[in-house]
Amino acid sequence: MDILNFNYQPIILTLQLAGCTVIVLLVIGIPISWWLAHTKNRFRPVFEAVVALPLVLPPTVLGFYLLILLGPNGWIGKPVEALSGSHLSFSFTGLVIASTFYSLPFVVQPLYNAFDSIGKGPLEVAWTLGASKWDAFWTVASPMALRGYITAIVLGFAHTLGEFGVVLMVGGSIPGKTKVLSIEIYDRVETLDYAHAHFLSGGLLSFTFLVLFIVYYVNRKLPVNFS
Amino acid sequence: MNLLSANFKIALGDFKLNIDIETPVHGFTVLFGSSGSGKTSFLRCISGLERAPKGFLKINEEIWQDESRKIFIPPNKRNIGYVFQEMRLFPHLNVEGNLRYGLKRLAPEIDDSLFSQIVEIMGLVSFLSRYPRNLSGGEKQRVALARALLTRPRLLLMDEPLAALDMKRKQEILPYFQRMQSELNIPIFYVTHSLNEVLQLVDTMLLMDQGKVIAAGPVEEVLSHPHLGQHLGHKLVGTILDTTVIRQDEEFQLTVLKFNSHTLYVPRREVFPGDRLRIHIRAEDITLAVAPIENKTSVLNVLPAKVIKTIPSVDDKCKVSVKLDIGCSILATITRKSLSHLNIQSGQNIFAHIKAIRMAHELN
Repeated sequence: MDILNFNYQPIILTLQLAGCTVIVLLVIGIPISWWLAHTKNRFRPVFEAVVALPLVLPPTVLGFYLLILLGPNGWIGKPVEALSGSHLSFSFTGLVIASTFYSLPFVVQPLYNAFDSIGKGPLEVAWTLGASKWDAFWTVASPMALRGYITAIVLGFAHTLGEFGVVLMVGGSIPGKTKVLSIEIYDRVETLDYAHAHFLSGGLLSFTFLVLFIVYYVNRKLPVNFS
Repeated sequence: MNLLSANFKIALGDFKLNIDIETPVHGFTVLFGSSGSGKTSFLRCISGLERAPKGFLKINEEIWQDESRKIFIPPNKRNIGYVFQEMRLFPHLNVEGNLRYGLKRLAPEIDDSLFSQIVEIMGLVSFLSRYPRNLSGGEKQRVALARALLTRPRLLLMDEPLAALDMKRKQEILPYFQRMQSELNIPIFYVTHSLNEVLQLVDTMLLMDQGKVIAAGPVEEVLSHPHLGQHLGHKLVGTILDTTVIRQDEEFQLTVLKFNSHTLYVPRREVFPGDRLRIHIRAEDITLAVAPIENKTSVLNVLPAKVIKTIPSVDDKCKVSVKLDIGCSILATITRKSLSHLNIQSGQNIFAHIKAIRMAHELN
């Protein structure tokens, strides 16, 4: 294996994908978890079940539906293609959308648990002290939910790093566009290039372990104790 | 006179709150009643944390809620202080951060002298950089109280702020209430089911039962209403008198009190001449005599009185309440048999023998 000529592209692409996905996930995951933690809507279990689906569904099933949805004739793919003139399926954007669905529960559940355990009490105090709901969310609920945020970001990121089935269905394996780490590893194993496969798998393993370890360590050391 | 007019109708699960009152917003108002009587729900409606679908709330000519016109001022715009039973300090902020949270938002123009004053009154000077997890229950409650006071609320709402504290901590925090009242003069609505802790502070009393206010008025009137025994417990029915300490009787170890022209003796207290002392005389602790027997009784406190009227008890067929005039009205409970035996009539002169006097804060 020649380190100098080593193809870093799948690694960079994977990190980009995970980063973008986490940002999108926070933007939509925070309101969803907040709503779930505070709604009295009797259909809440339905929404909870939908959010949790990717946890148990085979990635191929999720990928299959997403492919149809994002494809040139899909509900999302068609209007986007009409507007921007480019395909969603087999593109980086398509991958971000697919990964967002795929990793949604890993972001929503830690946030939901954090918001739920804070409850309404501290928010009511903030309101009586002159804070608007928006203000109270950022200055009371969010700092109190710090651990939830960190867990959500890390799990969302790490889970997206390792996705395979959904990517294969929606993104294919286009070098530099949709060929992420897990698919690169798969290809290397298929061509019996075990040296490369070892290097990439070992790297991903160590990196993921390191990130998770740091998170659990930092979470334990956080100055804020909510108990 | 500042007034609060409230009209709330709201169903919370099986419980129905149905409030329709007008009460002064001044001094210390206590919302008293057993648990589940709707005190907290009423307080939450005043604060705006609960929105009654049928509601009207006006305070000092300012409308906070009028559902008939779809007016609802949210809690953050009402300028109220709310002290919760569970204290609810922000765990991610230290004491100073907690104290300044409302200050920054509601009263940014306040100079630091009020901050220093309240921190001093509440005895928090040395706690400012501590985090809530390192405070005792009593200290937390003082922080919560100071935090609410710092916004200079027009109305301070307190929901059983002492309930989570043990007896020792309660005694520790009561003096802070007193100082707060005398130095800051903020009207307070205080929810409790245990009157003894605050009776020495109370001016107005709202008695609640099953989601309704069943009696409202000056505390001495509400407590001396003979028909309230069934809600209050008969031990609470009695008369509150504000007395002045005249002197200490060292020989017999008594404290001598003065009320109007009457002199009263109580077991010696650590007080000083001129101190004001609020006392409570249970209706059950007064016996009546039609002739003076001053030198033939062991009872120390015998007051000449005039019978105003007799009121039959609603729930105890053997008892009757007698309202007496001793310069103010005072209530005695005797048996119907004694009433008939002594042939007590309205307008009659009589002698009230007071068997026991307790300090208002010793009431239970």
